[in-house]
Amino acid sequence: MKREEFTILESTAVPLPLANIDTDQIIPARFLSATVREGFGEKLFRDWRFDGEGKPIPGFVLNRPEFRGEILITGSNFGCGSSREHAVWAITGHGFRAVVSDSFADIFMNNALNNGLLTVTVTPEFLAQLTELVAARPGTMLRIDLPEQVISVPGAGLSSGFPVNPFRKECLIRGLDNIDYLLSMKDEILAFEKSRQS
Amino acid sequence: MSGKTLFDRIWDAHVVRSVTGGPDVLYIDRHYIHEVTSPQAFSGLRERGISVLRPGRTIATADHNIPTLNQHLPIADPVSRNQVETLEENCRTGGIKYFGMGDPGNGIVHVTGPEQGYTLPGMTIVCGDSHTSTHGAFGTIAFGIGTSEVEMVLATQCLLQSRPKQMRITVKGKLREGVTSKDLILYIIASLGTGGATGYFVEYAGEAVRRLSMESRMTVCNMSIEMGARGGLIAPDEVTFNWLAQIPSVSENREFARLVHEWHSLRSDRGAHFDREVTFDASEVPPMITYGTSPGMGMAVDGTIPTPEESASSAQSASGSYLKSLDYMGFKPGMRLLGHPIDYVFLGSCTNGRIEDLRLFTEAVAGKKKAAGVTALIVPGSQQVARQAEREGLTETLRLAGFEMRQPGCSSCLAMNEDKIPAGKYAVSTSNRNFEGRQGPGARTLLAGPLVAAAAAITGRITDPRELNWLQ
Repeated sequence: MKREEFTILESTAVPLPLANIDTDQIIPARFLSATVREGFGEKLFRDWRFDGEGKPIPGFVLNRPEFRGEILITGSNFGCGSSREHAVWAITGHGFRAVVSDSFADIFMNNALNNGLLTVTVTPEFLAQLTELVAARPGTMLRIDLPEQVISVPGAGLSSGFPVNPFRKECLIRGLDNIDYLLSMKDEILAFEKSRQS
Repeated sequence: MSGKTLFDRIWDAHVVRSVTGGPDVLYIDRHYIHEVTSPQAFSGLRERGISVLRPGRTIATADHNIPTLNQHLPIADPVSRNQVETLEENCRTGGIKYFGMGDPGNGIVHVTGPEQGYTLPGMTIVCGDSHTSTHGAFGTIAFGIGTSEVEMVLATQCLLQSRPKQMRITVKGKLREGVTSKDLILYIIASLGTGGATGYFVEYAGEAVRRLSMESRMTVCNMSIEMGARGGLIAPDEVTFNWLAQIPSVSENREFARLVHEWHSLRSDRGAHFDREVTFDASEVPPMITYGTSPGMGMAVDGTIPTPEESASSAQSASGSYLKSLDYMGFKPGMRLLGHPIDYVFLGSCTNGRIEDLRLFTEAVAGKKKAAGVTALIVPGSQQVARQAEREGLTETLRLAGFEMRQPGCSSCLAMNEDKIPAGKYAVSTSNRNFEGRQGPGARTLLAGPLVAAAAAITGRITDPRELNWLQ
């Protein structure tokens, strides 16, 4: 199945500079009973975003009209905890296409890349600079260039490279689906099974 | 000359193809599924017009959202009921073995898999659940995956995975009296931090680990993910083989003796290279409790909550997340928790819902009475655990002490069902996560082992379990 291609993303960003944001915060467990992938965007950060009566909590960044965009800037160890892919569906469902941090939890990163959500890992220093800049100047444009592996703030002369696994990068740029890749290997998989039986 | 680690040995035997510059294509021996993270994977297969490649390698159970009372009735919540029925239907059409609610083989996926002999040394094992690391206790490569990956495994019995870095955690010496394997793993996580093992697969070794029962080893491996590790594993030994020999479907296999012989080779070579080595002294591990909203925020039950500067995780203090976390818990740096009143006690989950946990808890509360103000949820990890607890008289001893045994499921660990802790209430919980709202919106979770939980249930306060014998 063809996915959306990811090459260059230019967008404003939303800063959420907290460490260890776990997937229970991104999407609380009580919303996991659905059997489809859609509809999780409105539940993103539900208990930080809305109070018990469902009213928006004014201070939370997603409720502040000055912060909009397709890039989420966050803190260390983002996406730790539960393996729920619903967390990625909530983030993409809300309209984000990239998340920037200095570290991501392993399962979250795999889930993100499998859904075309780019995880951009930068140094703690760059992350601090970027967060400060965006928090002070909402509406700042960021540019993420995946082919070149560079994230930059063109207006501020700030830029940094970021690592991406070459295979994953190719899949994202061409919108390729990993399951199609594995399905194309079926004969090799069957041969492997056979070799283990002998 | 550097030899192979146990991890290398298992991984290398399962690589179907190494992708240049990319992840390996890894063959998966055992795939566990449950109702929450599988429905979208099955719909993915339908959209592609393909079927499950190897139905015999997948085992299904309903555990996450099922009630722990009145399991003979249909699930009251229509959304949860639909999810469980969807799993049942997907298993029926996919030819997958399914243990539904109320089935004698039902329970939490990481409890039932091993007890039924579906988890065996040397396997690669995955499940759409981060606590799949539990199965590493048998000397397997076991880790949690997302739903897209569940679909990959259903479709091809393979996964694309990058080889993680490797860490060995050696625990020397012996655990002290009144200290459990849960205390040990909480101690390790508190030392390394919530992201301290991110990118690594951990091998647990050393005398203290060798001395642990299989149940205790599962508790340790279970929480590997809480320090960010991809998984954790322990080389199989006589403890493992004797445990497996008790399972009829395993020991009655004509190949069992040959398999045990092969499993003896599942160990790290002397001189094998680990990217990181960490050593702990078991005799220094106290009964533990967590005070914050990440599992790394743990301390001795009689300890003092550290200041942000003293806290192990600098990232937490740097961003103010540490104080936000304490604020959520209603705690302050420098506070002691001993004697702090609590409202709920939860014994259960894939971390501490096994027979050994029920035995420990029961032994500690036997002949005493549950504190009047405490609501206790005692939830066996599986139907088999529940039956054994009944046979051993644990259920009756617990009843006399004022505790009612629930029916098996994930229950209050993630509170997808009705077993929620109300906002602002304190729960001493033997589960694995103290995240904000994990046990219900606003719930305040203090993670601990079965003995600390038992002591809290009896006194209604945070209590050092080593003091429990002096009560009454």
